[in-house]
Amino acid sequence: MSLDKATVRTIANLARLEVRDDELDHLAGELSNIMTFVEQLAEVNTDGVQPMTSVAAMSLPRRADEVTDGNCRDKVLANAPEQQDGFFLVPKVVE
Amino acid sequence: MSKLVSLTMAEARKGLAAKDFTAVELVDAHIRQAEAARPLNAFVTETFEAARAQAAASDQRLAKGQAGAMEGLPIGMKDLFCTEGVRTTACSKILDNFVPPYESTVSANLKKAGAVVLGKTALDEFAMGSSNMTSAFGVVENPWKRASDPAARLVPGGSSGGSAAAVAARMVMGATGTDTGGSIRQPAAFCGITGIKPTYGRCSRWGVIAFASSLDQAGPMARTARDCAIMLGAMAGFDPKDSTSAPVPVPNFEAALTGDVRGLKVGIPREYRPEGLSAEIQALWDKGIALLQAAGATPVEISLPHTKYALPTYYIVAPAECSSNLARYDGLRYGRRVEGKSLDEMYAKSRAAGFGAEVRRRILIGTYVLSAGYYDAYYAKAQKVRRLIAEDFTKAFQTVDVILTPTAPSAAFGIGETDDNPVTMWLNDVFTIPTSLAGLPGLSLPGGLSADGLPLGLQLIGRPFDEETVLRVADVMEKAVGFDAVPALVEG
Repeated sequence: MSLDKATVRTIANLARLEVRDDELDHLAGELSNIMTFVEQLAEVNTDGVQPMTSVAAMSLPRRADEVTDGNCRDKVLANAPEQQDGFFLVPKVVE
Repeated sequence: MSKLVSLTMAEARKGLAAKDFTAVELVDAHIRQAEAARPLNAFVTETFEAARAQAAASDQRLAKGQAGAMEGLPIGMKDLFCTEGVRTTACSKILDNFVPPYESTVSANLKKAGAVVLGKTALDEFAMGSSNMTSAFGVVENPWKRASDPAARLVPGGSSGGSAAAVAARMVMGATGTDTGGSIRQPAAFCGITGIKPTYGRCSRWGVIAFASSLDQAGPMARTARDCAIMLGAMAGFDPKDSTSAPVPVPNFEAALTGDVRGLKVGIPREYRPEGLSAEIQALWDKGIALLQAAGATPVEISLPHTKYALPTYYIVAPAECSSNLARYDGLRYGRRVEGKSLDEMYAKSRAAGFGAEVRRRILIGTYVLSAGYYDAYYAKAQKVRRLIAEDFTKAFQTVDVILTPTAPSAAFGIGETDDNPVTMWLNDVFTIPTSLAGLPGLSLPGGLSADGLPLGLQLIGRPFDEETVLRVADVMEKAVGFDAVPALVEG
């Protein structure tokens, strides 16, 4: 499997990772190597095998729908790169 | 060097109870050792002053007869565990100023047991790596040296390399690690210490910065199986805040160390002898088999037929979960932010500035295998093969009680001695990854020294939630091996 530069650019955009043009060649090579390595899985017969999503042999636990936490606005905001009046400050999204 | 730093946790616990020394003296001795070994760069953040205050509080509890299971014992905390009020970085630039407003369950459990934290230990960025070289805070150096080339600086392994180096250099008596594909066991092997990745679900993941959630598991790293048993007992337990935390009681792991392995069946998987396995690792493994046999256990050849597919499976599953987990670093709520002309540009610039090369590579691979049109071919396929790998172990454990393998295919390598191909680096974890995919407990203990004077590890794998057998066998092997070598730095 070989990934071209355009594919790398698309993936990087999906992952919201800025990639410089001069990095694309190198990344395409690296990622192609990795994909070639993982492609050996194709030779394994997995007909009728259920995908394993968790090794824990248990069902998802449930709890009562109750408020168990809160009143910690300042703690939640403590690490915000920018905040104002008790809110996270984000760049303008709607013109 | 103070004799106090040579003690095991079990010995120190006795000494504290007998008032041979105080917790303050014990902690001070380790702080002095940590200061002397600073060039190793094992700690990202030191918390010596807080540790001294905690030790004084431990002495008061000891005097009142209220000592916890790890009262006054100095430990290191991998910088992946959120610690309230103490910077937690995951060794990534994107979190270089992150101060958690809450405490992880595991670190809280350890503090409740009286353990004294000397600081946050270094790791590969977001626990992605096998050498500690991907840390944004500089490489950690292994305290061990090659006999043939003492000037060469060696890696401690990874990702829990700072923890392993700190334990090996006697800066702490034990340290927390996390293991996603071998991140406790491989550095334990490289640094000549013992570490156990318990069964998935044994220790809470709450407050542990996530890498691959279906694989991540916390565990102890220390110098003996007994110390690992003591520390695991303090770390483990059901936690309603982690939906994959197992609602099972925590046994008395120390009580499992009976010294008796007679009649135990020890699986020796033939697939772990790949072509090209070094003669030295082969010999180490044979020695491990022989001494278990001498102790009354029976080696049984077994087959784990899907072993060779574990690495490619892991490198689809782990990056997929990584790309999903690391989507949270958006420059909005915490972490580094780089302004852009639009919201999307701000995301992309913040993440590009904050993540290192290995993390970025895994995010891109994960995004690709989860993207429309490739999901079934890669991600769903890997999840199916993962089940086959797990079933291999289930079948094997119908006939054997524990499995013995080497931990890693080589001894510690030099900083900068590896090639650029990431797949070569991943081969370090070829013996540890299958256990992770199956969620089983896996332990590494020192099996001996290489011809060049470096520690080599042996791995024991157990049934789900049977850490007791793993620890019991490790304790017997440890006594038979009699590993008493210490790194040059500790001798001097």
